[in-house]
Amino acid sequence: MIPNKFAVTFALGSMALLSLGATVVTAQATHVNSVSPNLGAPSVETEESRIDGVTGHAYDGKKLYRRFCIGCHGQDGNGEGENAQWIDPKPRDFTEATFKCRSTPTGTLPTDEDLFNAITRGFVTTNMPQWRPLSPQQRADLVAFVKTWSPKWSEEKTGTPLNIPPETPITIESILRGRTEFQKLDCWECHGPEGHGDGPSASTLTDDKGNPIRPYNFSTGTRFMCGETNRDLYRIFMTGLDGSPMPSFADVVKPDEAWDLVHFLRTLQPLKTQEASLWKSYVAAHGKDIKPIGPDVAAGVQ
Amino acid sequence: MRLRYFVALAIAVIVSAAVVVFALPPAGSGSITGKVTYMGTPPKLKPIDMSKEPSCAKQHATPVTAENVVTGPGNSLEWVVVYISAGERGGGGPSQAARYDQKGCQYVPHVLPLEADQQLQIYNDDQTSHNIHPLAKINQEWNKSQPHGSPPIDTKWEKPEFIPVKCNIHPWMHGYFVVLKTSSYAVTGSDGSFDIKGLPPGKYTVTAWQEQYGTKTQDVTISGSEAKTANFVFTVTPY
Repeated sequence: MIPNKFAVTFALGSMALLSLGATVVTAQATHVNSVSPNLGAPSVETEESRIDGVTGHAYDGKKLYRRFCIGCHGQDGNGEGENAQWIDPKPRDFTEATFKCRSTPTGTLPTDEDLFNAITRGFVTTNMPQWRPLSPQQRADLVAFVKTWSPKWSEEKTGTPLNIPPETPITIESILRGRTEFQKLDCWECHGPEGHGDGPSASTLTDDKGNPIRPYNFSTGTRFMCGETNRDLYRIFMTGLDGSPMPSFADVVKPDEAWDLVHFLRTLQPLKTQEASLWKSYVAAHGKDIKPIGPDVAAGVQ
Repeated sequence: MRLRYFVALAIAVIVSAAVVVFALPPAGSGSITGKVTYMGTPPKLKPIDMSKEPSCAKQHATPVTAENVVTGPGNSLEWVVVYISAGERGGGGPSQAARYDQKGCQYVPHVLPLEADQQLQIYNDDQTSHNIHPLAKINQEWNKSQPHGSPPIDTKWEKPEFIPVKCNIHPWMHGYFVVLKTSSYAVTGSDGSFDIKGLPPGKYTVTAWQEQYGTKTQDVTISGSEAKTANFVFTVTPY
């Protein structure tokens, strides 16, 4: 008799739990856009990060965050710290778990190493400095803590890093093919025909919060947002900068074409690179035959 | 031997019962129809200047306007998504892929309702590049370039959310993916009417969503194969 009674109680109990679950699901469906950032996010007590043999702990990262990051990124991790109003571009909102500099495809979470590199490198032309004065252990702790702001870090898997094949030889043919890509892919619509960041759509660009944002101006020669090497440049346009207007080209550009584009983009910078010197001598010899990049050419092609 | 036969028969009966219960959409012939209208003065829709993109501009004989508040005769409101937000006991599930087009530098349809986990195909029918940039918050935001002649983008959304979509190259392009937990939904046409069919008897909450004015809800009870009416009125403002 006793086991039977137990079974009945158990069955009733599970039914009650199920209907409670259904109520919660229904409530979510009704208010689909109400986000409670930390609900379901990884725990500060246990969340870890792993970078090159270093294991970061969110619990330690929290103290570092309060010391070094809270002023801009805020006590709620939403990028609304007390300094934020003076800053442009705005500090990252960690509750959205959207990150510009990733090795992973667009629409996926970055790797621990991507976040570590971002903290280490900082973001040139923004207020985010390099954090090299912090030890690798401290930076790894911060990575772990950053992952406790959004439930996406417990619900979704990190993306698979993009495979970057070895760089193709830097030749004038590669540069010219890359120049055709720059025209065909409409890079100039934002970055401008000469790469000055002054294309026809440049002035209309906003980030995912609706704040105005500028496309990279190659003629400044400054480091890119996510690194400075040719591999970094390859990765930037293949993964896209999520949260910004810069899309991913991974589905439409083959690896060889991507390297061609890298080689051409280097000629737009006032730097002493192999690409720039090849381009300079080509222009000296064939300057008159080079068709300008831009809308008129595009209209002609179509 | 006889036991084995009996077990096989039992399994067959259970499986076929399960197929009937779970695989078929809920048998129902109730429906909710109605009309969505507005009160007040709607905003004047901004004309769109596509001269920057001649290949798109020439596809439109008449000037194109924004589509955030599209009104019609009798104060009707177009592009309102009406859906069952509560009361459903599991739908049939999405069958085919939803299709979203970029055509003439506009999103067609302007608002696309679809179910969570339903396949979604995004086409670029234009002679120019688009970048399709869904500004998701609950789902993960992404942003992909789709030059002229590219294959369609195959994707899906896992969680319910109203997701604004934009193209950064053509800043006038705005649309919405409305990701729902249900397959019982409809979008209002130019006369503001909608029709949700195939509902079994039950108590439902019906929600109407308009991109600028948010949501309105009503409770509707269907008994038997009733055809119920639910009208929604949004208060609009000129700005």
